[in-house]
Amino acid sequence: MPHPAEIRIVSRRFGNPEARTLAGYLADEGYQGLEKALAMTPEQIVEEMKASGLRGRGGAGFPTGMKWSFVPKQSARPKYILCNADESEPGTCKDRLVMEWDPFSIIEGMTIAARAIGSRQGYIFIRGEYRYLFAIVDRALEEAYAAGYLGKNIRGSGMDFFLYTHSGAGAYECGEESALMESLEGKRGLPRLKPPFPAIVGLYGGPTVINNVETLATVPHILRGGGAWYAAYGPPKNGGTRLFCLSGHINQPGVYELPLGFPLERMLQEVGGGILEGKPLKAIVPGGSSTPILTAAETAGLNMDYDSVARLGTFLGSGGVVVLARDTCMVKFALRIIRFYRHESCGWCVPCREGTHWLAQAIGRFHAGQGRPADIKLFEDVASNILGRTFCPLGDAAAMPILAIVRKFRAEFEAHAATAACPAPAALEPQSA
Amino acid sequence: MPEPPQMVNLTINGRPVQAPAGSLLIEVCRANQIEVPSFCYYPNFSLQAACRMCLVEIEKTPKPQTACTVTVTEGMVVKTDTPVVHQARKSSIEFILTNHPLDCPVCDAGGQCELQDMTFRYGAAESRFEEPKAHRDEQQWSPVVYFDRPRCILCYRCVRVCGEGMDVWALALGGQRGVGSSIIPNRQDHLECEECGMCIDICPVGALTSGPYRYKTRPWEMRHTGSICTFCGDGCKTTLGVRNGQIMRGDNRDKSGINGDFLCIKGRYGFDFTRGEARLRQPLVRRQGELRPASWAMALEAAAQGLLAARQQQGVGVLGSTRLLNEEHYQLQKLARLALKTNHLDHSRSADLPGFLAALARHASSSATPWASSQDLKTAKAVLLVGGDPTQEHPLLAWNLRWAYRLHASRLYILNAGDIKLRRQAHRYAQVAASGFDAALAFLAGSGAAPAAQLTSVPPAAINTWPITPVSPISQLPDGLPEFLAALRQESDVIIVFSPQVQAAALASLVQLGASLPGQTRYIALAHDANSRGASDMGLYPGLLPGYAPLSSPAAAQWERLWGGPLPSEPGLDAAGMLDAFNRGDLDGLYIVGANPLRRHGFDAAPGRRKGFLVVQDLFLTETAAAADVVLPALCAYEKSGTLTNTCGEVQWQRRAADFEGAKSDLEIIHELSALLGHDLGTSSPERIFQEIRAHVPGYDVSWVQLHSGAGALSHLPPQSSVDASPLVRISATPWTRSADGLARGQTLFTDGELARRSVLLNSVMERHETNDAQ
Repeated sequence: MPHPAEIRIVSRRFGNPEARTLAGYLADEGYQGLEKALAMTPEQIVEEMKASGLRGRGGAGFPTGMKWSFVPKQSARPKYILCNADESEPGTCKDRLVMEWDPFSIIEGMTIAARAIGSRQGYIFIRGEYRYLFAIVDRALEEAYAAGYLGKNIRGSGMDFFLYTHSGAGAYECGEESALMESLEGKRGLPRLKPPFPAIVGLYGGPTVINNVETLATVPHILRGGGAWYAAYGPPKNGGTRLFCLSGHINQPGVYELPLGFPLERMLQEVGGGILEGKPLKAIVPGGSSTPILTAAETAGLNMDYDSVARLGTFLGSGGVVVLARDTCMVKFALRIIRFYRHESCGWCVPCREGTHWLAQAIGRFHAGQGRPADIKLFEDVASNILGRTFCPLGDAAAMPILAIVRKFRAEFEAHAATAACPAPAALEPQSA
Repeated sequence: MPEPPQMVNLTINGRPVQAPAGSLLIEVCRANQIEVPSFCYYPNFSLQAACRMCLVEIEKTPKPQTACTVTVTEGMVVKTDTPVVHQARKSSIEFILTNHPLDCPVCDAGGQCELQDMTFRYGAAESRFEEPKAHRDEQQWSPVVYFDRPRCILCYRCVRVCGEGMDVWALALGGQRGVGSSIIPNRQDHLECEECGMCIDICPVGALTSGPYRYKTRPWEMRHTGSICTFCGDGCKTTLGVRNGQIMRGDNRDKSGINGDFLCIKGRYGFDFTRGEARLRQPLVRRQGELRPASWAMALEAAAQGLLAARQQQGVGVLGSTRLLNEEHYQLQKLARLALKTNHLDHSRSADLPGFLAALARHASSSATPWASSQDLKTAKAVLLVGGDPTQEHPLLAWNLRWAYRLHASRLYILNAGDIKLRRQAHRYAQVAASGFDAALAFLAGSGAAPAAQLTSVPPAAINTWPITPVSPISQLPDGLPEFLAALRQESDVIIVFSPQVQAAALASLVQLGASLPGQTRYIALAHDANSRGASDMGLYPGLLPGYAPLSSPAAAQWERLWGGPLPSEPGLDAAGMLDAFNRGDLDGLYIVGANPLRRHGFDAAPGRRKGFLVVQDLFLTETAAAADVVLPALCAYEKSGTLTNTCGEVQWQRRAADFEGAKSDLEIIHELSALLGHDLGTSSPERIFQEIRAHVPGYDVSWVQLHSGAGALSHLPPQSSVDASPLVRISATPWTRSADGLARGQTLFTDGELARRSVLLNSVMERHETNDAQ
């Protein structure tokens, strides 16, 4: 059941199985956005998107309208519109719900995007682990083709758009836009050199727009309600609502659509029903595992929008809010995070490949009781040497959380080194674990 | 002329610098002697930005940038010498070393390892990495290539040189992600490739090592001599590492030769024929029907007596080599003409150079130099390749053609009888029957309509059928030949490369075609062996003197004056004629230098069945040598000094690299034998003899500086109008070439006459390939 504080725009059809069918979708104001878009010029669509203040929901938060405006009007090669459904950031589980409950909103959003940039072809790149979603999305595509919402001359508008699903093979790196395109082209999922950026040279060398699932699913609502209507939900430059994925030591974990700028305190206590077993808060991860952690003290009075979170030196990221109660071992938490990034490092560049491996081995040894005080500086040094030095953002994603955890919870690391073990496990480990 | 590039101004470390717009920052820094280290960056291959060694600070960018991917722009302010940059390099080295074993003392690369050098220069003194290193056993991927995975720093140079450079694509990034990433071969646990060894040479560390060299010696224990490869006609420089007089390694690490980075398997590993047990270490003389060891004095005396006796009767023939040095070719033809007083003189011909020079004299529109160097090929706008398979027969030229295609958008036009590998780079391709070159070229030259009759039911000739795919007879002119011609006629600067398949009349058409193209046309005549071109230029012909002067030309008199003796005026027998005459007993002596016709020409010289006298001079006891009366052991090209002329006509200085006890250089043998035959050839100093060649053989007035710098001095051989009248063109139309009896396979990447036959490594590679093919 939705929480009363939620404002359900992109999630309005969650829980309604009828919306997975074209008839159900149409009955619930589906395809009204495209109808409007077909009467607009591409420039007008882009302007509407800019007015909405919509920023990418995948993690980087880049303004969507601006991204679309970078695509050149004329191109010798075909232009492509891609949906990044490789949702892999730990703590993030929102795109799967959009695909599960509202696949047509993605199709409609991509069709509008295709009209805005002049593309005839698109792909939905779904992470391999989301295999069960293919049946749902592919059925929606079939219905859309059959009803003339995809294919040649869409609804008599003269516009052609062909859309397909494509499965990832289980690599976090393929959520990085250029690695996603490599994978889609049938190659190893390695990132590409930038520039050129995808808007100029993307899939198969053609100009390409690549957006997150939630971003694209929001597009029809913006077209239907207007950019200004959408923007009004959030603070300036942080338009609208977004899906927050609450997880960790929280009583009611789940995906909630809240206006940007929603107070964190209310998110945890009202929406999330408070910290597990009423324990005090220790820290939160604000936007997926790659975003630097915030201590409980830092979060006082925090509103959850891009700019407020950025002022604390971290990111709203992918909307994955991970809650950590007082007795969490932060060394162990760091180990969990770095093991993930070591496993997912594509291996292309030196600092990420070797640095994540080194950190994972060293923090593993440290947590197992073989730590020394000098190791703490080593963790900081190694993470600093990864940060800003790697080929793609994965290195930063690995280094930033480690740096933040080590710096903000140094005492806990020192205690580990001093006792040569996880100190007073009863006090640190969550009771439920 | 191309427009000069637009220049931009930037500042590097406070120094104003100018550079062409669009240049890579790393190249601009290096061109200005500003050090920027790198592992993965390698000029002329795709950019990787993987090693992060070249991070530099650029004003107005928040974090360090890789100099290997940033192009310079106007007003850019770059710093390469800041604490941030130094710290970044140090940390990159530290990361690389985490999983790199510190087994430098037993590593082949030790002493010339880029990681070692960079660690000394930029790295930390101590390691902070205390975790266990990943170990994996080394793998043998081929007789040539070994992979020691833990040493690999994943710079991807090998992947690119194999794919982008060689167009083989046998290596790739595979394995797991992250630290599980690994370079992998194309056949799971082994390589199926051209075995060029480029991946090994380009490896900055000791991850890829070579079978023939690994664990044999250390770099500092060898003396390194820049030599010229003695296999095919491309004339690659191979730097030979020699320890105790024995060649241990061949490579071109300093990139100073005409071949730049390139070397094929033969240039790199084929040298092992030099050390085989089969090398002749002392002269042999036949006594009581048996070849028995003899002293040099006895052997030379016996050879001279036998040849003199034969000269008194029906005469002597001289069959020269295609691998001797120019000075040796030149002195050998003097020996034949002045000491043996005969024009029965020839060599194993490949390119029909006399025919080509005659065609040039008749048809070429301009007197401008018509020759293209191997470097010209690298930047050619357009190339017409007629016949041949450079990938197999001329690996350097194939490399250069791919280079031109990849980096200069060169357009390659191919007229060929087979589906050669270079077709991948072809802009236009037309397939002709193996004997259809005459007709196709006649058509292209515009000499009338398609002579279809000539082409009807022509069977594919028994040319080298391996590895060229045999094609079925073509009864018409190839489809698309008019379009081929129309496209070619749009070109304003063409290099025409033609194989020995193009002879006589076809050459006339070829030159007419060249003359009909607008703009500049230059030529490369493909000749098989290391000094085929030199043998031809130095006059190892029955009717032509050095520089292709006919016996009856005014030049003949000049040569007589220079050499101080009368020249025989009667044209002699060609190779086939000599062998035939000797078989029949119409020739009483034969002096064969570095050739083995017994295996290839039905030439039967068994002692009991001939009456003539046979002297053979060679490295090995070949089939022909085993049948001889006197065998004179010779040194190979790596054991002597002098000049060689490659297939493009580039003259290069060969430096003696190795020693070999018991044998003499061909030059020394020729001089001593000539003296015993009654003619003193004068000084046997290669330098002095080359001075004579340089002064008197047309086209050989090359610069000494170029000759010795390794740049390759292109000889400007002039057209020869008077050759036309000689019967030579007709004779060379039935060339004495390999593979006539189906025994020899012709020239390929792994085979090349007698020398390759004696290379253990080349044979092991072929056996391995045959085994793989059979599976």
